[in-house]
Amino acid sequence: MSISVSMTVNGKAVSGKVEARTLLVQFLRENLSMTGTHVGCDTSQCGACVVHVDGQSVKSCTMLAVQAEGAKVMTIEGLAPSADKLHPMQEAFRDNHALQCGFCTPGMVMSAVDMVKRHNYQLDEATVRRELEGNLCRCTGYHNIVKAILAAAPAMKAAGV
Amino acid sequence: MYDFAYHRAKSAADATALLKGKSEGRAMAGGMTLIPTLKQRLARPSDVVDLAGAKDLAGIKAEGGGLTIGAMTRHGAVATSTEVKSTIPALASLAGHIGDPQVRNRGTIGGSVANNDPAADYPAAVLALGATINTTTRKIAADQFFKGLFETALGEGELITSISFPKPEKAAYVKFPNPASRYAMVGVFVAKTAGGVRVAVTGAGPGVFRVKAMEDALAKNFSSAAIKDIKVPTDGLNSDIHGSAEYRAHLVGVMARRAVDAASK
Amino acid sequence: MTAAPTGIGARVKRTEDQRFLTGRGRYVDDLALARPTYAYFLRSPHAHAKIRSIDTAAAAAMPGVVRIFTGKDTAEAKVGSLICGWVVKDKDGNPHKAPGHPPIAIDTVRYVGDTVAMVVAETASQARDAAEAIKVDYQVQPACVDLARALDKGAAQVHPEAPGNLCYDWEIGVKADVEAAFAKAAHVTKLDLVNNRLIPNAMEPRAAAADYDAGTGQYTLWSTSQNPHVLRLILSAFVLGIPEHKLRVVAPDVGGGFGSKIFCYADETLVVWAAPRVGRPIKWTAERNESFQTDAHGRDHVTHAELALDKDGKFLALKVETIANMGSYLSTFSTAVPTYLYATLLAGQYTTPLIYANVKAAFTHTAPVDAYRGAGRPEATFVIESIVSKAAAELKIDPAELRRRNFIPSTAFPYQTPVALQYDSGNYPPIIDEATKVSDYKGFEGRRAEAKSRGKLRGIGFSSYIEACGLAPSQVIGQLGGGVGQWEAAQIRFNPTGNVQVLTGSHSHGQGHETTFAQIVSDKLGVPLEQIEVVHGDTATTPFGMGSYGSRSLAVGGSAIMKAADKIIAKGKKIAAHLLEASVADIAFENGTFKVAGTDKAVPLGQVVFAAYVPHNYPITEVEPGMDENAFYDPANFVYPAGTQVCEVEIDPETGTTEIVSFTAIDDFGNIINPMIVEGQVHGGIVQGVGQALLENAVYDKSSGQLISGSFMDYTMPRADDVPSFKVGYKVTPCPHNPLGVKGCGEAGAIAAPAAVMNAVRDALGPLGVRDVPMPATPLAVWQTIQGAQRKAAE
Repeated sequence: MSISVSMTVNGKAVSGKVEARTLLVQFLRENLSMTGTHVGCDTSQCGACVVHVDGQSVKSCTMLAVQAEGAKVMTIEGLAPSADKLHPMQEAFRDNHALQCGFCTPGMVMSAVDMVKRHNYQLDEATVRRELEGNLCRCTGYHNIVKAILAAAPAMKAAGV
Repeated sequence: MYDFAYHRAKSAADATALLKGKSEGRAMAGGMTLIPTLKQRLARPSDVVDLAGAKDLAGIKAEGGGLTIGAMTRHGAVATSTEVKSTIPALASLAGHIGDPQVRNRGTIGGSVANNDPAADYPAAVLALGATINTTTRKIAADQFFKGLFETALGEGELITSISFPKPEKAAYVKFPNPASRYAMVGVFVAKTAGGVRVAVTGAGPGVFRVKAMEDALAKNFSSAAIKDIKVPTDGLNSDIHGSAEYRAHLVGVMARRAVDAASK
Repeated sequence: MTAAPTGIGARVKRTEDQRFLTGRGRYVDDLALARPTYAYFLRSPHAHAKIRSIDTAAAAAMPGVVRIFTGKDTAEAKVGSLICGWVVKDKDGNPHKAPGHPPIAIDTVRYVGDTVAMVVAETASQARDAAEAIKVDYQVQPACVDLARALDKGAAQVHPEAPGNLCYDWEIGVKADVEAAFAKAAHVTKLDLVNNRLIPNAMEPRAAAADYDAGTGQYTLWSTSQNPHVLRLILSAFVLGIPEHKLRVVAPDVGGGFGSKIFCYADETLVVWAAPRVGRPIKWTAERNESFQTDAHGRDHVTHAELALDKDGKFLALKVETIANMGSYLSTFSTAVPTYLYATLLAGQYTTPLIYANVKAAFTHTAPVDAYRGAGRPEATFVIESIVSKAAAELKIDPAELRRRNFIPSTAFPYQTPVALQYDSGNYPPIIDEATKVSDYKGFEGRRAEAKSRGKLRGIGFSSYIEACGLAPSQVIGQLGGGVGQWEAAQIRFNPTGNVQVLTGSHSHGQGHETTFAQIVSDKLGVPLEQIEVVHGDTATTPFGMGSYGSRSLAVGGSAIMKAADKIIAKGKKIAAHLLEASVADIAFENGTFKVAGTDKAVPLGQVVFAAYVPHNYPITEVEPGMDENAFYDPANFVYPAGTQVCEVEIDPETGTTEIVSFTAIDDFGNIINPMIVEGQVHGGIVQGVGQALLENAVYDKSSGQLISGSFMDYTMPRADDVPSFKVGYKVTPCPHNPLGVKGCGEAGAIAAPAAVMNAVRDALGPLGVRDVPMPATPLAVWQTIQGAQRKAAE
């Protein structure tokens, strides 16, 4: 059954035809060709698909596209303020070598941004590690991801993002 | 996932109407269990009625000294609610440790309680606190609500609208997560309320259950020492690669003592 | 040498990060193809069954279905068997048993996940919908699942070609000499170990897409491969018979491999094979549950080991008996892993003069087992470092001290071990000294006492590992039965405007080659980093390469780049000599400039390159125009990284939970090009090793052969809160035989960590009388071990 769905993705109004069973991540990847959001598992655990929906981090593999009707969606492609300037979290990931193969990275970064904001820019190592429960990385051993998030929190505060 | 017809409900009444006559229809709250189940093709509903737009199902209200929490209230909202933190801090803490942050942003209390997953956290709180489950048709006491593995007292088309919790004198929830799934392998909610002491266990068996021997001992002496010699029988407990029935039974004792200590602080 | 910030040794930020951080990475599943179709593979739900019949009629009539293929189709088309590229000869000199491995099962399925049919449809969902409508009549057979029983009489048989499920019975060393040494030993330590089976779980699931151009007869396969040329070679020469020049394999951005993406799998084979039959491009991406069932698994050994020591604690001899699981079919390099990558490492860092190892490889009705990060070397390290620590505990010798007593002295290199390898370089005592210092080993007993006051059991464990990596000298590989050369190729192509493309046969799937390799070229040729582009992963554009695994990219691939750079300089000198009117012998090259020695006459490399492409004033009769050089590098030996890890744990005896409270790794990787990247490799490796020690376990039901740990719900992946931050450091002894002086760093963490963690757990439980704990030391396993010890103490 074909259903029309409309939402705002990274500030742009988009719409498309989907099935009821189409997941938000499929809509992003297949309908919009925005392939930055990844799928790494089928049990809603790896977090490679994390995006923001109305300002909250969600797993786009565990939300139907139709559930995002009218929502404001932000993906990894929309995080950087401009083509030549990265978001402080992206910058911190690069500076701290918090990514290797890059596959978990989009979800990791989107979760991290949400985490910093929810904790009002105040984080410690134990909190960061606990808050990353929904994001798996097989390359980095998390060491540098934790470092990057701790470094990004004050940088985000300073940048007012 | 098999395809289905999708409907948006604007209210609880609307949802009930949409589900009427659809024997293979399913209500969807946060979808944190339903969507993974559909993805694995373990369920094939004809219709899915999305409750997200039912405004009358969300929200946290102080009522009669306790709290009434709307069925569509997300775990994250319960965890961070100043109302919940001041009235039943153990409940806020429990909600703040369900799943991961993304699950807490979508998952709801009503969905969790209606699903009655044997490893879910909320059923332990509902049972230990002696909460009342308010539905589209009636009020159900916690003791009458949970019926074992994924089974509840809810009838066809009956939806949870809210859950009313009394304010406990003391309460705490401590869980031992499954190392892989992070669901509760054993979770124990201990509460001392006007109605007495209750100890509810999730994760260990086919459904949430109370430990009478511990409740009796704690009613006399609310201290972890009072229950240290109480052994939980292994009969009927779950056993899998992460925990034998013996291990789970043992953990019930450990988690219960830790919960009593936490509640006593 | 160029200035510090971009050259060798600099912590240069990675070039590739920009695209990964902004969602512009391009992985196989991201590929947009015109008019694509989608494949879904129907997989066996049984570990062992005969296929009586397959009825695809109902499925073929489902919406969107384009074609359905079964084993009958591939057999009729004479599709070849998937191959194992390494011949291991058994004790009697016979080659290993090599039963066929059809990409689609023909009449028998041999593991849960074995391919039964391929459905191609307009959408992925339709393909899966249709696959469910295929009716397969299975006659279920008893399955052989338990490795420890696989070679027993009466075990269910996996292949008629391999009686008793024995793939090979292989040995190294002289058994009689070892037995004689044991007879004279003052002490013998004995140990039984199970090296738990692991599932690699790179975060990007395997994927393949294929297209066929009927006009040119050209096939293109996009695959999540660590070695696209090797994949092309196997598909061309052995499986599909497509001429090598008519098959292009592209491995674009690949989301982690850890060994699991080395191999040639049924899925990608079938996608290529089916593309011309369907007449449209075909895409396939594994769902995670398929990755669990069908990616080649790792480890899975059952071992008995004995160590003989003299009265001073010097090792006299080691004997090891291992049964290694091959799974149902032989994966691409499976046979080599428990032999040449395992038993040849059993000397470790020690002077043990006599070693005997016997390895029996067994078939079981489980997924194929092959190389996984470390491949054989973690298994060897686990045996050695477990038994050394156990000996130390039995003899009441400090475990660090017992290791020091037996280390190969730094003066003994090159050192010939009794198990074939010749270690080229190393200096082990300063490494363990640094590790004990950084981990505050001296203060440990104080911390143990403090933990005890809180009701916790604290333990500390060492693991001093060595690995042979940087695969490898081709002649040695050939002598040992390997079917390929193990050199690497590189090409340095200057463009007329002076910027550079570095084409490499290595493949980066997270290791940061685009940065590290550019640093080498920048350092060597004085070209700014921003003007260097590293190109990899496409057989159409890069020179033939053997790919990335076995920590070989820098030692072998990087060395090939150095050789190509040498050729650039040599050619440049001839051109510069002409331009500067000097003799070639007088030209020196430094900091990107050719100079006439002893004068101030100089010409920058960029100008030489320009002259090579615009050869107006040029020694055209002696020197070809252009500046584009390639090189092949075949190493003289393996490289031998070594190090010591120290792990400290705290166990909650009430729940059995183990927390890693401190972890130190001091490594010798030879010279380091980019310390930031190397540290990242170490961190990741450690966590995979910690995962093996405490969390991860591939569990099959012993009778049905169902994969119980078949999703992240039951297979415990390490999460951020399972591990601490790490203390890492280096000692450097440069590799003497490659031009960069480098060793390898990709696998070290995973090789050493299981033993470090398990030794710490054993140490923590030692006061309870516990000597051994099964791996992984999950809370359940630790609790049961404690219960057992308490029962024993009460008796």
